[in-house]
Amino acid sequence: MTLTADSPASPYGDLIPPLTKVQAMAEANRCLYCYDAACVRACPTGIDIPAFIRSIATGNLRGAATTILAENIMGGTCGRVCPTETLCEQACVRNTAEERPVAIGRLQRHATDGLMATATAHPFTRAPATGRRVAVVGAGPAGLSCAHRLAMLGHAVTVFEARAKSGGLNEYGLAPYKMADGFAQREVAFILGIGGITVEHGRRLGADLSLEMLRREYDAVFLGIGLGGSNRLNIPGEDRPGVEDAVAFIERVRQADPAAPPAVGRRVVVIGGGNTAVDAAIQAKRLGAEEVTLVYRRGRAQMGATAWEQELAQTNGVVLKTFAMPTGIGPDGVTFEHTALSDGRLAGTGLTFLQPADMVLKAVGQTLRADALDGLTLAGGKIVVDGGFRTALPKVFAGGDCIASGEDLTVQSVQDGKLAALSIHSFLTA
Amino acid sequence: MADLTCTIAGIRSPNPFWLASAPPTDKAYNVLRAFRAGWGGVVWKTLGEDPPVVNVSSRYGAHHDTERRLYGINNIELISDRPLEVNLREIAEVKKAFPDRAMVVSLMARIEEEAWAGLARRIEATGCDGLELNLGCPHGMCERGMGSAIGQVPEMVEQVTRWVKAATRLPVIVKLTPNITNILWSAEAAKRGGADAVSLINTVNSIVAVDLDAMAPTPVVDGKGSHGGYCGPAVKPIALNMVAEIARNPATAGLPISGIGGVTTWRDAAEFLALGASGVQVCTAAMTYGFKIVEDLAGGLSNWMDDKGYRSLDQLTGRAVRNVVNWNDLNMNFSAKAVIDPALCIDCGRCHVVCEDTSHQAIRIDPGEGRRLFTVIDAECVGCNLCSHVCPVPDCITMRPEDTGLPYVTWPQDPRNPLRTA
Repeated sequence: MTLTADSPASPYGDLIPPLTKVQAMAEANRCLYCYDAACVRACPTGIDIPAFIRSIATGNLRGAATTILAENIMGGTCGRVCPTETLCEQACVRNTAEERPVAIGRLQRHATDGLMATATAHPFTRAPATGRRVAVVGAGPAGLSCAHRLAMLGHAVTVFEARAKSGGLNEYGLAPYKMADGFAQREVAFILGIGGITVEHGRRLGADLSLEMLRREYDAVFLGIGLGGSNRLNIPGEDRPGVEDAVAFIERVRQADPAAPPAVGRRVVVIGGGNTAVDAAIQAKRLGAEEVTLVYRRGRAQMGATAWEQELAQTNGVVLKTFAMPTGIGPDGVTFEHTALSDGRLAGTGLTFLQPADMVLKAVGQTLRADALDGLTLAGGKIVVDGGFRTALPKVFAGGDCIASGEDLTVQSVQDGKLAALSIHSFLTA
Repeated sequence: MADLTCTIAGIRSPNPFWLASAPPTDKAYNVLRAFRAGWGGVVWKTLGEDPPVVNVSSRYGAHHDTERRLYGINNIELISDRPLEVNLREIAEVKKAFPDRAMVVSLMARIEEEAWAGLARRIEATGCDGLELNLGCPHGMCERGMGSAIGQVPEMVEQVTRWVKAATRLPVIVKLTPNITNILWSAEAAKRGGADAVSLINTVNSIVAVDLDAMAPTPVVDGKGSHGGYCGPAVKPIALNMVAEIARNPATAGLPISGIGGVTTWRDAAEFLALGASGVQVCTAAMTYGFKIVEDLAGGLSNWMDDKGYRSLDQLTGRAVRNVVNWNDLNMNFSAKAVIDPALCIDCGRCHVVCEDTSHQAIRIDPGEGRRLFTVIDAECVGCNLCSHVCPVPDCITMRPEDTGLPYVTWPQDPRNPLRTA
């Protein structure tokens, strides 16, 4: 089988196609323009959702996009990957009346794509230069959001990024069928279009960068370093060939030429229950794996992946197995022990089974890389910040997945970056 | 099964749904399709003296609702642009093929007796059932001294009606224009002239939209636009009022009315009948959906009449007229309060914000279980009805009459009226 970017099974084509103009118009007209709308309260970035949807309905697509981007500069990515079924769309009052929410995520994508396709200038202008310089570590959602807002407020920003491309999770960690057509890079270019932001690639904290040096040379520092490490299973056979972290697998697929995607095993086992597990499982299936089995140690209700994502995995041919934890990986596959929950505690039952596999993808969570964070306070594997995103070190702020602000979602990181920028601005102009 | 047989000015049809004088009735091809589909009658598109008029391109502008349904159309088309002889021949043929359907023919002429009388006599020879005088066209023809140029002057309405009545034995229906200050002046003039019935409304003068690229009214004709005649669901309220005014006016009460203006569903038709019409004419709905809608128009009206116990149209016609009164005859002591059903409420908050921003601050929000709880503050509610209209859920907000124990008191009698008469 040959996979091409427009093949229906390709992991590089949109899994959910963009709305057509007619579909967007019909869907926008389903919005009731609620007062103090529940969807807005459910959005981590607080986008004025009824306002942007009304603008779509009236044909004011640029206004709609501006409303979105004013609160969430990564509205384009969030319109694609936000778990809207547990955020804005879960709150939509149309659920009560019709058991079908307004498709807010898809409308958001429609608006932001429309602006990015047609706008000749960045929608926001910079305030007069303040003469202040801010260092941002990490060009992921938190870092870029923070940099954009700081630039808007008139500060000069230098972003330090360890990898070759900007975008962080958006570029390396999301399934390609969610971010088709190189969207992550187009969005980065759009964000940087405001001006006043320099990105230096190949600069990693702990290598040629230190917090001490950044504090000395810049007026403020923002850490948006995400979670760079992966959790281990700590079971025998974990380091065998054919066993890989799901995030590394997704990254390999994302960075490959769509005409020559990476090979996958015939029988793939994915261990974990979050979004990354589902992304990796669907991706493996779309890359030609015959059998993909996603195994999670607890039940469907406890999975990090939403019910909609679980269904998506199933409709893409992934078999979900629950209440089983891996105990060892051998040449023939993964041995699992059945588990049971009793009073909220998970325990093995002693019964085991072998899940045949020639490829094993681990998706059991990511961790903060704590090296090079001297002087910062950590708790629960995250950097501790106060209400203004200030760390224990003067002049140093942090946000995104490396702090404990909410769910580890792009939308939360964008919000952290935006709020941290406002806090940094107050600090710089105090 | 309710009897839908309809009689207006002696003209009988198997049901009250006629196609109005307009493009759908411009030629035998369309009218035959309409009769096969079940329409009770037609008013053939207006005939004039030869040579025929010449039309422009384009001819229609549109007013859409938010879901791109046609709310209203306007047109700048003139009367029939086919040779008179061809129209007359086709009218005779179609009437012969469908003798049970009403065949009314619309006509228009210069304000000269011989023009009207000659045209009327030639039309009568086709064997048709009646004439409708087009005194309403608000565009193009009026600039030539016809259409609404006549319909807006009561003396001319009376004169033309008299000329045609004297020239023919056919029933004469006078079609009235809404582009006047008081519909009664022209309705009374038609009656004085001997009209057997009136039909209304003709189209409303309008600019329906502006093409913001061409910077011209729609429809755009080579970069320019003109005012046109507005029709469709959007004009129904205007038409209903004018029908009711004629029905309840002592000088015109009893004058048969053919109701026109935005009739789209059987319910619309029932409303026209309730306000005094004996039948209705339909155009825009057919131009929007095709002739097949007559099935639901007739079926829906019949079923509803069965449910309500009306056995014939005359039992329905005018039933609501006695309840149409002037403001001064309303009961000042009547009071109703909005009531919100929390079980049906979906928590959109629209009732609250419109009351808060634009009315009487009478809807309170409390935190509820799972969703907010909206409650009407009776002391502040004036019963204006706005909340129930903006609520997206049918029957969620209803108006509950209050038992005030007070008598029916009109404003002229009200003690609060400094100029009270009783």
